[in-house]
Amino acid sequence: MTLRITCPHCGTREIDEWVHGEIPVVPDDITDADDRDVDRAYFHNNVEGVVREAWFHLYGCRRWVTLERDTRTDAFQ
Amino acid sequence: MNEFWEAKVKLQWAELGSSYDVVIIGGGGHGLATAYNLAVNHGITNVAVIEKDYIGGGNSGRNTTVIRSNYGKPEPVRFYQRSLDLYRELEAETERWVMHDERGLWWLAHTEAGRRQERSRAAINQAFGADTTFVEPEEIGRLIPGINLDADGEFPITGASFHAGGATARHDRVNWAFAEGAMRAGVTIVQGVKVTGLTLDGDRVVGVQTDKGDVAAGTVVGAVGGHATTIASMANVRLPIRTHPLQAFVTNHYEQTWDAIVASNDLGFYVSQTARGEMLGGSHIDPQPSYSRRSDHHFINEIARRIVALFPFMGNLRVLRQWTGICDMSPDYTPIMGYTSAPGFLITTGWGTWGFKAIPAGGEAMAQLIANDETPELIAPFSIERFANDRTLADRGSSGTH
Repeated sequence: MTLRITCPHCGTREIDEWVHGEIPVVPDDITDADDRDVDRAYFHNNVEGVVREAWFHLYGCRRWVTLERDTRTDAFQ
Repeated sequence: MNEFWEAKVKLQWAELGSSYDVVIIGGGGHGLATAYNLAVNHGITNVAVIEKDYIGGGNSGRNTTVIRSNYGKPEPVRFYQRSLDLYRELEAETERWVMHDERGLWWLAHTEAGRRQERSRAAINQAFGADTTFVEPEEIGRLIPGINLDADGEFPITGASFHAGGATARHDRVNWAFAEGAMRAGVTIVQGVKVTGLTLDGDRVVGVQTDKGDVAAGTVVGAVGGHATTIASMANVRLPIRTHPLQAFVTNHYEQTWDAIVASNDLGFYVSQTARGEMLGGSHIDPQPSYSRRSDHHFINEIARRIVALFPFMGNLRVLRQWTGICDMSPDYTPIMGYTSAPGFLITTGWGTWGFKAIPAGGEAMAQLIANDETPELIAPFSIERFANDRTLADRGSSGTH
């Protein structure tokens, strides 16, 4: 089945209408300002489990939606 | 076929011991080739490869088997060309038939910008040792059977770079050839053993914890595909990786006349014909980071539309199988190899959608690094330090999957 995302404004739509957006979370134990910039630019938590992320409904209401998804199954929570 | 085609692969399995000089996590192509090179070329045989599923069952058995070195930056061109050269020798080296078939690869352009990019690719390839030339559309129409040059007006072909060294090999046979050679030289390879943690002494990694017991190790190599972030996090190493699914398919058997390997960046697909006559195709990665290996109809629907525009004869074929692998995508589409911030823990990752072609050179270089405790010049640019040092090697246009 095609990945479908439920938009609170438009209803359930196929993933083609959406743009994925990562919400970067720099770990607290990185304290140096330059190191935090490098981490934010390049590094990822790449969570294997439930992740909180932003989706932009480009071909719908053109709003950002924050959703939780299990990256092991692609099931939205 | 060649003189090795009758040789049968004999895998000698062993029980997992409690201590090794080198423990490699991940029994895919890169892990197995690293073990092979350590044992055969450096005499380091007290080595274990730990695979959680079966060897070559991850991306090493899910890729679309293309070997090429037509990259867009000097460092990757040199590295992949070394791998391409090693693939040419692999059957003689391992005395096993890996169905290596050098037939040339076409990288199509559909716009004026794409045409300029392929001219530039040909020039940079020639400068750094890869055999690539720019080709005009007329010649493409003459040499690729069944191609529709104007692609129904939607994606007209404006040129291509032809990479004469482009080849394919049977991925399972490559994995088995390295596994068998490593086993014969004394390497322990275990299947169905899952790594659950790494043993740390301060920052240093000194062993591996598995569901079949703990193993002490002088050096641990993270060579997994898909779960690289999870393994590295056990050593408190953070990676610039996002894991994305990549889907592929084969059609039913077709008259075995299609000798080309064709890739199109603009259309986002690549296609070749397997030794069995199936048309084998893949596309770009799925947009969401995910560890799910689920295949979907949406992928087939999308890629079929694009492929049939370019190759109308494929409209008469049926999809026989489709499958999915999960790919460790690095930010610059270039691998990440070598030391990490954790002493005793090395990585070979960031193989994204381009790992199969790199197996021989990747294994050779990682083994040299371990044996000599010094990063080989060939892979020095692929260090994880390059991100903090602003020395990234952005080469998305050569990944073939975007």
